[in-house]
Amino acid sequence: MLSSLLHLHVGAVMSFFSFGQSAEIDIVLNDAETKKKVEHKTEDGKKDKYFLFYDGETVSGKVNVTLKNPGKRLEHQGIKIEFIGQIELYYDRGNHHEFVSLVKDLARPGELTQSQTFDFEFTHVEKPYESYTGQNVKLRYFLRATISRRLNDISKEMDIVVHTLSTYPELNSSIKMEVGIEDCLHIEFEYNKSKYHLKDVIVGKIYFLLVRIKIKHMEIDIIKRETTGTGPNVYHENDTIAKYEIMDGAPVRGESIPIRLFLAGYEMTPTMRDINKKFSVRYYLNLVLIDEEERRYFKQQEITLWRKGDIVRKSMSHQAAIASQRFEGSSNNEKAVAQNKEDSN
Amino acid sequence: MSEAAVADTRRLNSKPQDLTDAYGPPSNFLEIDVYNPQTIGVGRNRFTTYEVRMRTNLPIFKLKESCVRRRYSDFEWLKNELERDSKIVVPPLPGKALKRQLPFRGDEGIFEESFIEERRVGLEQFINRIAGHPLAQNERCLHIFLQEESIDRNYIPGKPL
Repeated sequence: MLSSLLHLHVGAVMSFFSFGQSAEIDIVLNDAETKKKVEHKTEDGKKDKYFLFYDGETVSGKVNVTLKNPGKRLEHQGIKIEFIGQIELYYDRGNHHEFVSLVKDLARPGELTQSQTFDFEFTHVEKPYESYTGQNVKLRYFLRATISRRLNDISKEMDIVVHTLSTYPELNSSIKMEVGIEDCLHIEFEYNKSKYHLKDVIVGKIYFLLVRIKIKHMEIDIIKRETTGTGPNVYHENDTIAKYEIMDGAPVRGESIPIRLFLAGYEMTPTMRDINKKFSVRYYLNLVLIDEEERRYFKQQEITLWRKGDIVRKSMSHQAAIASQRFEGSSNNEKAVAQNKEDSN
Repeated sequence: MSEAAVADTRRLNSKPQDLTDAYGPPSNFLEIDVYNPQTIGVGRNRFTTYEVRMRTNLPIFKLKESCVRRRYSDFEWLKNELERDSKIVVPPLPGKALKRQLPFRGDEGIFEESFIEERRVGLEQFINRIAGHPLAQNERCLHIFLQEESIDRNYIPGKPL
């Protein structure tokens, strides 16, 4: 007991004064020069740029191990690299839910006598969900290279961002509904679609059937609701992403107020439903009418947001082309592609 | 299905508006004035009443024009009835001004002209805010207050007949 305690102490002192050998790990992707980077919010609200990947794309590169004290050997219990996709709930930090976990061994236990580079490739990795940093939950993908040692491992993480792509849904009905307060206010609202992509435009109208209150103005808000937890411990976080006034003044019966709301200007993610049974991110349009006494009358309606892939150019790598076709309802897209071919013939 | 390069942002079709709707009187006409304060009585039994005149075209009000006399305690009665029976957050009344009712003041107390005017403005704001509320319009007490000559304090609360 005493000898192992002593050993621990010596080990700690050694690494503090760098008497032993240590190393720096650096992960470099193969196509780092050409690969697209996107901005993604970190937990503390700052924005950073990360490499962008899609479902099915291969993740490959090199792990550079640089010895800190050249000439000294680095003993290790193995060198490996992992590709991990995990969900972290902020109120339950200890538990990371890994939904993707791949590992490649780079070196068997032994020793390094000089700095060395190891190649790795995770072929056609499944990345089923989009990266998301929210108010109570974070979903992230990252590479982690580890040099295992007896006392303390050396590791390095590199985050990547994953976007999930969809294509124009086959069924995209409009939303049309009559709502109101009996004998006071009847309106019919209509939005041209129920599913919008992130750079889409909401085109709609509000038709007044009965107006017995004194309306001052009307606005449409976009609300993002993040839901985490299950059963009795469900947390909802509502965030108003946008407030857009569509009418200033008092309407009368028979008047129709148009809506044209461009989504590209707002920071939104695709709709995420019950991701790995851990969380959801949903979006709602909130139509709000305000009367002269500041009373608010509102109607909330959920919309589905999806991410459209960029136009596939001939120079785009074959892998990314395959990846952009892996989306919800892939069988529909094959029909659509066949239809396009038919149309162009 | 072809993918549109630019989104179609043309307005949705809508029915043309009927001109009688466009240029006719609005269906939300409701005006209530609180004015013409009069102090009645002598000495310690004096009190001030205000004329409450209402003009409207809302179908929920039986009379399209009405005019009644009310005093401050009648407004208090209305506020209490609404707070008890409805789910509305009732706006505040102008103050009770108890200090003004103490003896040995240098002025007329609650019968001071400037005070009566201040109170009149507050009461007018109060009744206009309440009367336009869709839920308050469903309470019998509001209709009694606005349109019946005298307030029957033993009325049965509920929906107006």
